[in-house]
Amino acid sequence: MAAGDRTVLQFNSPSSASLSAKVHPLVIFNICDCYVRRPDQAERVIGTLLGSVLPDGTVDIRNSYAVPHTESAEQVALDIEYHHNMLVSHQKVNPKEVIVGWYSTGLGVTGGSALIHDFYSREVSNPIHLTVDTGFRNGEGTVKAFVSVNLALGDRQLAAQFQEIPLDLCMVEAERVGFDILKKTAVDKFPNDLEGMEVTMGRLSALIDDVYKYVDDVVEGRVPADNNIGRFIAETVASLPKLSPPAFDKLMNDSLQDQLLLLYLSSIARTQLGLAEKLNTAAQIL
Amino acid sequence: MANSMAKSFLQAAATEEVVSPLRVVQIEGLVILKIIKHCKEFSPALVTGQLLGLDVGSVLEVTNCFPFPIREEDEEIEADGANYQLEMMRCLREVNVDNNTVGWYQSTILGSYQTVELIETFMNYQENIRRCVCIIYDPSRSNQGVLALKALKLSDSFMELYRANSFTGEKLREKNLSWMDIFEEIPIKVSNSALISAFMTELESDTPVTQCDYDRLQLSSNPYMERNMEFLIECMDDLSVEQQKFQFYYRSLSRQQAQQQAWLQKRRADNMQRKAAGEDPLPEEDPSNPIFKPIPEPSRLESFLITNQIANYCNQINGVSGQSFNRLYLMKSLHDN
Repeated sequence: MAAGDRTVLQFNSPSSASLSAKVHPLVIFNICDCYVRRPDQAERVIGTLLGSVLPDGTVDIRNSYAVPHTESAEQVALDIEYHHNMLVSHQKVNPKEVIVGWYSTGLGVTGGSALIHDFYSREVSNPIHLTVDTGFRNGEGTVKAFVSVNLALGDRQLAAQFQEIPLDLCMVEAERVGFDILKKTAVDKFPNDLEGMEVTMGRLSALIDDVYKYVDDVVEGRVPADNNIGRFIAETVASLPKLSPPAFDKLMNDSLQDQLLLLYLSSIARTQLGLAEKLNTAAQIL
Repeated sequence: MANSMAKSFLQAAATEEVVSPLRVVQIEGLVILKIIKHCKEFSPALVTGQLLGLDVGSVLEVTNCFPFPIREEDEEIEADGANYQLEMMRCLREVNVDNNTVGWYQSTILGSYQTVELIETFMNYQENIRRCVCIIYDPSRSNQGVLALKALKLSDSFMELYRANSFTGEKLREKNLSWMDIFEEIPIKVSNSALISAFMTELESDTPVTQCDYDRLQLSSNPYMERNMEFLIECMDDLSVEQQKFQFYYRSLSRQQAQQQAWLQKRRADNMQRKAAGEDPLPEEDPSNPIFKPIPEPSRLESFLITNQIANYCNQINGVSGQSFNRLYLMKSLHDN
């Protein structure tokens, strides 16, 4: 058996082994919105992803826009001029956002996708392909990212294989706004300062209750003790600064007085405004 | 004989539809995220963008938006700006996005957005669009864990006055317009399509506590309060300058009136003498005399705007103080336990 006779299917070791992608919630919103607005005859939506490549190699996907396309069994046609126009417009606002890949809705990667991926790899090296499953085929909405890897047989290029890369959802903005607002289909009003505090404090007290319960369970032997968690709890409790009661009281009273002072000042300012306005408009020249 | 009931088509077409007052602005989550992203990226520079959507009955729906590039000071960029807008609208039209401009959004710092430029932009927009809103977003307040998004509209009575360009005391008293009536704030409702809410519910992280909560529970609100106070003090200075202008006006007006009276007296005395001497009396008015020239009353617009700003700062201070009280008492109880 001459081992040299066999040709070996060779996977180019992905130089992108450490490549991962981060996607912002805005992109997902954009994609869903475009999907909902797609023209009736289109099965799926295709568009460009914009973002930047971070210094450690992660691709940060920050924005996206849809590109009209037509698709049939044999061929796919993409409106390239539209794509360029939108790119130029977007770059006027944000010159740092460049093309990092493209997206399509739908679960898997189809034949037509390879062609489109080819087009995008002419625009940027190693584009990311994002699929967003709007059909919820697996019973959940999956967002996956792929890069294309060349399959070579010896020296000949055979095909391109789509390899999945780890995708991270970077949800900081959505958290800031509050998932409650973005999750429901209709929210009547934003929580104002005090209502938000209420919600937060409720969450905090729920967390503290959980920790109490856990500690009780461990002490009574209901739950096996996990040393790591125990250490965390001990650290947290120990991180409360040790202040003697009088010192702490003084600190608290000082801050309280500062806040009261500011409140008083702003009330005075408002009263003064009311007065000034009355004087100004009520004054008549006799 | 249903003729009396049915209006003829001509009649129906001729009666103008009554514009129902704007009660609610319905924004999509997508627009909110876009605005936040755009304002945050460029803060502390102030940015603006265009809102697109639909005007339905008493609800103004905002379904999409796009940002404006930062305007340079060059003249030739003006044409570019208009081109950019047209280009964006055309491209968005192709993907079935609502093509209707319903207003614009802008970012602000600590709520200092009441300026004359805002009013002018409003008037410009109002000429073309029947109903438009301005959405103001304050990125500095999101560090406090509050979503500071407001929808504003100029009140109708104010717009009429502005068009007539007269802000004198009597006019304002006539209309009963105070500084609170310039801007009307419209409540905002958020709506999301079912697909997006399904995704968000799916993708929400499992931790019960979010970044928002961390921000809210932060104990140090001092830098924010300090800046607020600085702005407040500056505004008070501006207000006092405006007050002094008024005082000066009143003083010169009363001085002028005194002069007029004195002159009138002299004229009357002269006329008595002339009558006694048998000559014609001189007229009692003399429009060419400079003391009869009416002094223009300074416009109250600036002082109204400044007053609005001050009220805003005061409200913000109140809000943040309320939060701080909560936090302090929370600290106290934790410490006691």
